[in-house]
Amino acid sequence: MQYGLLASLKEHQNTLLTTWSQLLQANGSTEGVTEEEESKEFASLLLDALQHSNGNTKSEEFEKVHDLLIGISISRVRRGFSIRENAQYLIAFKEAASKILLEIESDSAALYSSNLELSRLLDNMAILSFESYMKGHEDVISRQIGEISEISTPVIRVWDGIVALPIIGTLDSSRTQVVMENLLQQIVDTGSSIAILDISGVPAVDSLVAQHLIKTVSATRLMGADCIISGIRPEIAQTVVHLGIDLTGIITKASLASALQTAFDMLQLTVVKRK
Amino acid sequence: MTTVTNKEVLLIAKEQDVVPLRSKVKEYGVNIGMSILNQTRLITAASELVRNLLKYGGGGKVTIESVSNARDLGVRITFIDKGAGIQDISLAMQDGYSTGKSLGLGLPGAKRLVNEFHIHTELGNGTTITIVKWNKG
Amino acid sequence: MERIPILKMGDFLLVTIQVDLYDQLAENLETDLIETIKKNNSKGVLIDISAVSIIDSFMGRILGNIAVMSKIMDAQTVVVGMQPAVAITLVELGLSLNGVISALNVEKGMDLLRAKMYNGDNEEQTYDDRNQ
Repeated sequence: MQYGLLASLKEHQNTLLTTWSQLLQANGSTEGVTEEEESKEFASLLLDALQHSNGNTKSEEFEKVHDLLIGISISRVRRGFSIRENAQYLIAFKEAASKILLEIESDSAALYSSNLELSRLLDNMAILSFESYMKGHEDVISRQIGEISEISTPVIRVWDGIVALPIIGTLDSSRTQVVMENLLQQIVDTGSSIAILDISGVPAVDSLVAQHLIKTVSATRLMGADCIISGIRPEIAQTVVHLGIDLTGIITKASLASALQTAFDMLQLTVVKRK
Repeated sequence: MTTVTNKEVLLIAKEQDVVPLRSKVKEYGVNIGMSILNQTRLITAASELVRNLLKYGGGGKVTIESVSNARDLGVRITFIDKGAGIQDISLAMQDGYSTGKSLGLGLPGAKRLVNEFHIHTELGNGTTITIVKWNKG
Repeated sequence: MERIPILKMGDFLLVTIQVDLYDQLAENLETDLIETIKKNNSKGVLIDISAVSIIDSFMGRILGNIAVMSKIMDAQTVVVGMQPAVAITLVELGLSLNGVISALNVEKGMDLLRAKMYNGDNEEQTYDDRNQ
């Protein structure tokens, strides 16, 4: 019902942009220069939407605004904007729009309800913006986790038919799963019958991780290969016993070297010194 | 809050109906970008449960839905039969494999393969089982 | 009626499973295998499951059955080519596939069968720590 007033904001687009920019800078946000294009587009699209769609947030015009806002939020994560700056983006816009309304309307009842409406619209957009920002953040983190996982589990073909996977760093449940899938795939890819999983670089193992390790060994055996776990630190050995985890049937060796010796034995290979 | 984005119902009356069910579940899994391993888990669990449907429930209906909540995408499958119902659920949910005997209804195994597992049974009125597998588990 | 082909490879038989095994098909396979083992006096059966992406308890039972039936006919069964995702799922499902021996591929499977033939399968080749 106060859309008429909000609709007329479009005529004041330029002033709004200037005010918005000033407010952002006053808040200490980074200079508005690089944002100008996308912000101008955002403002323009939003004011168009206010003008044409009677506040119907499901309309096509508003969809365009929402999509753009999502894009802006996600790109701002990547460009290193803080969450505060992200929030201030829309808060400042709201303030700028409010100031203009004050200038163009004198009737306080009309002013009050259009401000209320403006708040409703922009607050919802703020939520959208936060969600997208968070999603963007999570995407960055997942990608980084993926990269770290890949680097931190190298696969070494130590011999024909024997492959070693030394794990470095903390093993949590999800990382162990990745290691497990990786190990099994390596067995297929390299045609190795024995995989040595070395955990000397792992400081601690909890019950869930131990279960996954046992699962890994069982799965390798189902596939027709075998898995030796080496490098179990004394502390881990103690934890395993205290947790009541049953390691019978799992071949464990103190070091990768002895695991290799065991693997040779299993493949009936002998290393002989030349005369 | 979970929203449903897609839904299909399959009627299971004979053994040959299991194969199209598996394809359908795979299709839904692929559509939400589920990893191969998770697809395998989901389809295997569905396979177990649909065989139960046939064997003990006298056939029934399976509903497959793609679902989403704030953080993840998933596939939800509901198995409904109007068979005799399960006498003792707590017994049915116990693992039998350690004794080396048959797997019974395979319910605990199927439960381990998915993220959410709900079962409702009424003697003489049938059983409804709902499972959900999320992408990020 | 669809039947799964059984290939003769010397003393051994090779079965490659590429379709979903439903009741009738599985039963036919068991019957065909037993007859073929008898007819050829086969010493081993290789079941190639590299194309199988889902193994549920039904399929597990079939594999177990085949292993036991063949053993009675004095033939050893080796399952080859299990996919990693299948292996992980089987472990999580709790299906232990007792009585079924596995190898990574057909070649290794045949090596295993030959070794068992010559060593006799009474001595289980279990690994143990031997003091050198």
